[in-house]
Amino acid sequence: MSGDVAGELRVVLAVVLQTVVVVAAAPLLVGVLRQVRARWEGRVGQGLLQPWRDLVKLARKEPLQASGSTVVAWVAPVVVLGSGLLLAALVPTVTTAGPARLPADLFVVVSVLLVGTVALGLLGLDAGSAFGGMGSSRHLTIAALVEPTVLLAVYALSVPVGSTALGPIVEGRLADPGRVVAPAGVLAVVALAIAVIAETARIPVDNPSTHLELTMVHEAMVLESSGRDLAAVELGSWLRLSVLLALVANLVVPWGVATAGEGGPGLTALAVGVVAVVVKTAASGVVLATAEVFMAKLRLFRVPELLTGSFVLAFLAVTGSYVIG
Amino acid sequence: MSATPPAGPVLPQPVLSRPTSRETLRADVAALLADGHRMLVVVAENAPDAVRLGYVLARPAGGPHGSRGAGDAGESRVELTLEVSTADAWVPTIADLSYPGGRFEREIRDLFGVEPRDHPLPRRLVRHAHWPRAWHPLLGRRSAQTDVVPDFGEDLSAFPFLEVGGDGVYEIPVGPVHAGLIEPGHFRFSVVGETIVRMKARLWYLHRGVERLFEGRTPDDGVVLAERISGDTAVGHTLAYALACEEALGLVVPQRDRLVRALLLELERMHNHAADLGMILNDVAFGLANVHLQRVRENLLRLNESVTGHRLLRGGVRVGGADVVALPDVGLVRAAAADVAEVVRLALEHPMVLDRLVATAVLGREDALRMGVLGYVARASGVDVDARRDHPFADPAALPGGPPEPVVDDEGDVLARFTVRAREVEASARFVVAASEVLAGAGSGAPTPPDPVAPHASPGGAVDGTTRGLGVVEAWRGLLCHRVTVGADGRLLRVKVVDPSFMNWPALPVALADTIVPDFPLANKSFNQSYAGNDL
Repeated sequence: MSGDVAGELRVVLAVVLQTVVVVAAAPLLVGVLRQVRARWEGRVGQGLLQPWRDLVKLARKEPLQASGSTVVAWVAPVVVLGSGLLLAALVPTVTTAGPARLPADLFVVVSVLLVGTVALGLLGLDAGSAFGGMGSSRHLTIAALVEPTVLLAVYALSVPVGSTALGPIVEGRLADPGRVVAPAGVLAVVALAIAVIAETARIPVDNPSTHLELTMVHEAMVLESSGRDLAAVELGSWLRLSVLLALVANLVVPWGVATAGEGGPGLTALAVGVVAVVVKTAASGVVLATAEVFMAKLRLFRVPELLTGSFVLAFLAVTGSYVIG
Repeated sequence: MSATPPAGPVLPQPVLSRPTSRETLRADVAALLADGHRMLVVVAENAPDAVRLGYVLARPAGGPHGSRGAGDAGESRVELTLEVSTADAWVPTIADLSYPGGRFEREIRDLFGVEPRDHPLPRRLVRHAHWPRAWHPLLGRRSAQTDVVPDFGEDLSAFPFLEVGGDGVYEIPVGPVHAGLIEPGHFRFSVVGETIVRMKARLWYLHRGVERLFEGRTPDDGVVLAERISGDTAVGHTLAYALACEEALGLVVPQRDRLVRALLLELERMHNHAADLGMILNDVAFGLANVHLQRVRENLLRLNESVTGHRLLRGGVRVGGADVVALPDVGLVRAAAADVAEVVRLALEHPMVLDRLVATAVLGREDALRMGVLGYVARASGVDVDARRDHPFADPAALPGGPPEPVVDDEGDVLARFTVRAREVEASARFVVAASEVLAGAGSGAPTPPDPVAPHASPGGAVDGTTRGLGVVEAWRGLLCHRVTVGADGRLLRVKVVDPSFMNWPALPVALADTIVPDFPLANKSFNQSYAGNDL
């Protein structure tokens, strides 16, 4: 009985460690993305720490709210940040272990993701400005196309494991590496990767570095936010990006992740897990940023075509995982 | 006017002045338009207790557009003049005959208070609603009184525009203050979903009274002002201004200086086109191509600095001639053109980039013709206008290889405007290289003999000793003209500036029909009209 309690405590500590690592690393990942783009474009770049400096600067500032904005203007940033933190705790990045009472179930994860998405959408609408509304409309259109893909893709991955929890799915791929290259698995991961790009507002769906209000999706929604509120929204969005990117990285290269094992993950395993996830995510960040440099932004009306394509891939993955396993 | 025509071609072609009256104005304008002329400018200037109006029309050298080659009647520049007393200041509108004519009438109504009667769109153009109602900033000779800025009131009428009704129609107001380094302009979109139903632009935030500032200066002192009308068109504006002054003063420019002017004009085209091609690609998030084109632009700006001592080519053109510190390094010009061509090729081979440019913001040929659109916007819509060929200021035979050939496309979309400009960079580079070689060969010390042309009597030469001149130039944005009046004391009485943007701005909303909101910045950038040159 006492062993169980100690084991559970270790799991909780592991999850806390995982959350802290993700929070610390998320702005760094954004720094990596920006730095890689800068170097490709022949610029010196702002350095990896700039997103952190920006966050600290914003967090010290009093948020100003547009006249006519409601309680949503300060609740939504908290919800966006909260959903990002929850994702960081639930999704297996450092460790696949999770407290038994907090199921990292597929549907829970997608729901948490959706809570953040909707909060961001409401935030854009709240001040009543045309840009915010436009951004929210585009954001929710994209979200409506992305969420089913995420569900289907993860479901396809869950079929061979027999569990819809993300931890066992990653562990299953670690135990049986053949699954990583299985056709159904590959299709599902590709579908998920496209969904992640759309969900996190990257090129070719959105341009995170544009100043053109009329073309914005994500940036248009946060135009009215400032100070601490903006810091919360930014960190929340970066957490989503980092967690989802780390999840894709862990699905493609599961090695290194700290498994639950008997009585929770050990210290060594956790240390290896931290290093592994940082390296894997940074590497996938470099790949993502490089791909973005050689891509242009899609015309808005082509985005549904891209997302429909990823949905089809996810659907084929589900079919495939039943037919060929 | 001289009784016997001079032996050689008189270039630039002098303006023939013809008096008209309120009764005959419309018939005269219609006859000239039917004869292949286009409306260049309607200029108003102060006369004692009256406003003198000049309707300047010109026919291209190769015959009217569309019938090129069939019966070349030669270039012609005509000014119809008309005086209306300030007590009874009205003219019959010509808006139904010429769309640009109607816009000039609204401008004159705002600045001079001359009412165009029966105008189909009698709204304010230049003056925002907070300007005092009865105040016309250019009316009356410049004095201490006219230089006083009046009290501006509340913008009571706000911004009258057609509200689009119906289910799901919403409005997006953008500007006049934008994110990024963009000049001020307010755009009001009526949108269904993402599709633009209607867009109304409100400009004129940059009214600096430039035309008033010219008054009282000597022609030589006006050069620094002309260079600053629109920073990116220093050569275009200064050259048009210099040509107009030279006609008014009866100056003849040596052949060598004409060639230098043509060269500077193409250098200006190159650096602006290179930068804009990059920014169009940046708007589709293809930043890699943009940074390379901005690198090319920087190289060209440094080259400019070596040529005239100024990165934007200020100081090159003066009234009566042109000076360069050094001729451009032809190796650098060739390299810049090659770099532009390569980046453009890479961009157009990119399916995602191409998809964004194709069929976006189409301006049809008929619309372009009717609105009198100019420059690359016109040429991309299949309207073959190019003042370098149509209204030359130098004998085409004296230019190495003739003037750069006009590049025409007929798709009218963003891609057409993009490729027209990319090909113009090539043509300009070829011309710059050829002209530099000719100029280097001519020897910089020895003055070239002037053209075999007698100074022509000024067309506007009147009893009071005032003389007038017109300057027409194909600046990088398109046909640009200045109309100058010099008083008997040799000082400027009136300078009227027409940037091609004045003609092209109204075409942007037309091209936006069926375009989606997120494509607007791209469409706008492909037009890239000047705010400063338009607002004056």
